[in-house]
Amino acid sequence: MANEIKIRAWMAEGDKATVKAIIFHPMETGLRKDKSTGQIIPAHYITEAKIEHNGKNIMTCLWGPGVSKNPFLSFSFKGAKSGDNLKISWVDNKGDHSSDEVKLA
Amino acid sequence: MSTSRRTFLRASLAGSTLAVAMGAGLLSPRTVLAAWPQKAFATDSLEEAMKGIVGGSNATPSDKVVVEAPDIAENGAVVSITVKSSIPNAESIAVFVPENTAPLTMSYLVTAQITDFITSRIKMRKTSEVLAVVKASGKLYSGKKSVKVTLGGCGG
Repeated sequence: MANEIKIRAWMAEGDKATVKAIIFHPMETGLRKDKSTGQIIPAHYITEAKIEHNGKNIMTCLWGPGVSKNPFLSFSFKGAKSGDNLKISWVDNKGDHSSDEVKLA
Repeated sequence: MSTSRRTFLRASLAGSTLAVAMGAGLLSPRTVLAAWPQKAFATDSLEEAMKGIVGGSNATPSDKVVVEAPDIAENGAVVSITVKSSIPNAESIAVFVPENTAPLTMSYLVTAQITDFITSRIKMRKTSEVLAVVKASGKLYSGKKSVKVTLGGCGG
């Protein structure tokens, strides 16, 4: 489950594609306490996610701890066609990183 | 991103000294472009956050920037926010929750290929406005929406 990304991307109308993605990540703010120990849970959150269409960066997401656990992202973009590659890669504040890619349906 | 750089990053990950440095947060692998604006995300001041992320705190309210969010959010830990902008040549879209401990929640650096909308889910500590600021051709445009939060989403 760690470092998992779920991506759905499909052609909507004309040359526009719609993307929906969930990145599984705790997105800890560093402000919460562990209820059993009283210890502060260290901050652990994605800082940047990059979206690439056929290898070209089309959007960079700068995220902070205010983004919900297991970040959800949906957007649409143009200039797409069925079979195109869509890649999402992220890095977090601890230096962990992951990426995944899909073909546009 | 060049392949050689990626190979370099992989190789450096294997190096123990570097791995330790990364663990301490001194050095993070720049697998993603653009420097993450640490200061803007950390500040509790809306003005400072805006200056840090979009370079100014005076945004012109515009009906071309629409924030879609629920009127009432039962769970502040997961509030779905959609920003729709029809402002041409947009460079970035930032979303602020002024009542949050850190008002800046997220920012999107967009290209001309991004159209129509961006949706994400954010945390809201309590009832607040959600402010979206679009930067285009050096100017700032804003849209907002009030969201009533019945259960805050930042506590433990």
